[in-house]
Amino acid sequence: MKVTDKDVAYVAELANLDLTDEERSGMLRDLNSILEYVERLNELDTSDVPPMAQVSDRYGVDEAKQGSARFAYASREDILEGLRKSLPHAEALENAPDADEHFFRVPKVIER
Amino acid sequence: MDLNSLTIDSARSAIADRKTTALALAEAHYARIQQEDGQIGAFLTLSKERALEQADRIDRMAVEGKALPPLAGVPVGIKDVMSTRGVRTTAGSKILEKYIPPYDCTAVARLEAAGAVVLGKMNCDEFAMGSSNENSGFHPVRNPRDLTRVPGGSSGGSAAAVAADMAVFTLGSDTGGSIRQPASFCGVVGLMPTYGRVSRYGLIAFASSLDHIGPLTKTVKDAATVLQTIAGRDPMDATSAEVPVPDYSVELEKPVHGLRIGVAKEYLGEGLDDEVRAAVEAAIDKLKSLGCEIVKVSLPHTPYAIPTYYLIATAEASANLARYDGVRYSHRARGVKTLSEMYRRSRDEGFGPEVKRRIMLGTYALSAGYYDAYYLKAQKVRTLLTRDFDEAFKKVDAIVTPTSPTAAFRLGEKSNDPLAMYLADIYTVTADLAGIPGISVPCGETREKLPIGLQVLGKHFDESTILRIAHAYEQAG
Repeated sequence: MKVTDKDVAYVAELANLDLTDEERSGMLRDLNSILEYVERLNELDTSDVPPMAQVSDRYGVDEAKQGSARFAYASREDILEGLRKSLPHAEALENAPDADEHFFRVPKVIER
Repeated sequence: MDLNSLTIDSARSAIADRKTTALALAEAHYARIQQEDGQIGAFLTLSKERALEQADRIDRMAVEGKALPPLAGVPVGIKDVMSTRGVRTTAGSKILEKYIPPYDCTAVARLEAAGAVVLGKMNCDEFAMGSSNENSGFHPVRNPRDLTRVPGGSSGGSAAAVAADMAVFTLGSDTGGSIRQPASFCGVVGLMPTYGRVSRYGLIAFASSLDHIGPLTKTVKDAATVLQTIAGRDPMDATSAEVPVPDYSVELEKPVHGLRIGVAKEYLGEGLDDEVRAAVEAAIDKLKSLGCEIVKVSLPHTPYAIPTYYLIATAEASANLARYDGVRYSHRARGVKTLSEMYRRSRDEGFGPEVKRRIMLGTYALSAGYYDAYYLKAQKVRTLLTRDFDEAFKKVDAIVTPTSPTAAFRLGEKSNDPLAMYLADIYTVTADLAGIPGISVPCGETREKLPIGLQVLGKHFDESTILRIAHAYEQAG
């Protein structure tokens, strides 16, 4: 068992989840079984292999260019409302569970 | 004329020739949904007002004799992970049960600009996480071919709706196989374009480096038509590539004679159902008889694809799903006293079990002390998997494989074993990781009349070749 009850509690806290006791024991079982399965990646020697975080920097770019020059087409002037107008205030608040006419409203931030 | 069995081509020309109207076509599809969807469950929301307005616009153009755009009057369903202005968009999750987006996804906007009529939003696994559509926060989707079986996932509603003639075509999204696998299970065509080919703007993010939007259609030609409409650079998505979009209707008709098609032993090994194997081998023979040269290739890192995928996808998901905080647009728990309690209880109530499992796995893989061992390791293996394809594509123009190791399984069959469910994506995740395009085209049935899918994988930005091969195969019958 790689993952312990303590790990589940710690990771749930990082992920802003409470989880019921039942969910926690299910998580303990599932995470251990999945992590045991992914162990097989250690069969591969990757010491000289660069990590790949995304596809876009390798394919569909001008290979004659290097670094950020490859993505010059994706940059734009940093101006207000450069690509589209910002949402009107009322529209931006419309989906909020709680808001007044200006702000999103939330419970107390300071706990004691 | 049966208005429900039309393809994009035939629907558009029926409207242009005034044999029917966009309105009649939309009404016929709503009638079909009314009749069938109670038992299938493919739709989550209908956007009737929006659809009828658009149909009316198209009909007025037809009456005035104006040139009709390429998708004029064609009824489409949109997977509920794509934002639609003014139309509820849930991502299949209770946490977004009431969310009404203030803007449109680029792909949807492009379809509507081309005349398509948006019927409604398609059911899917919650946040597109699943391979059976049983993870929907609302209700599962059933396979129209056999209601005791799953339609595949996560774009299960999108695939089922096309198979049951409730939409002429749909949009789906594919992060690990979520367009191609359900297409295969439901007997329709599903295309995942190259990463960067179609803008992701307005797509609710699951795993940003792996998410793709693509069509599910009745024919390969229809898939090409939809791709033509939604492909191309979009300034609103920095990862949408600046690569010219060819004319796919021309590319599609080019002969396949002389194309080199790779067959990889790693995709025909242990775990592959015998009937699926036989159907795929017969399809390979068919391609040979069409003049393609069959070449053996090796993709040696394939057995490592699923573990790589589940580390990268969950890590990205854990970050993307942090935004559901109960403040701006997602569900908020009642009676909470503090901010942190609000976050935790809102997320506890709003997310389903598989989403929580993936958030936990992803958070663990990114947490201090485990980042190198899991996340970074997976990113390195992703490089190896991608190099496998680079090497293979030096020798061949495309690679054919089964889309899924089995035909559609039964509801409940794998829902208690996450790992068994993950393995349903074993032949599809590699393309998402490498960013290459793939298409699933029907290639026969099992003895139980369940559809089987043939997957064709291509080089980056070479959708032309896979469409051409799939089209030739489909036309050869």
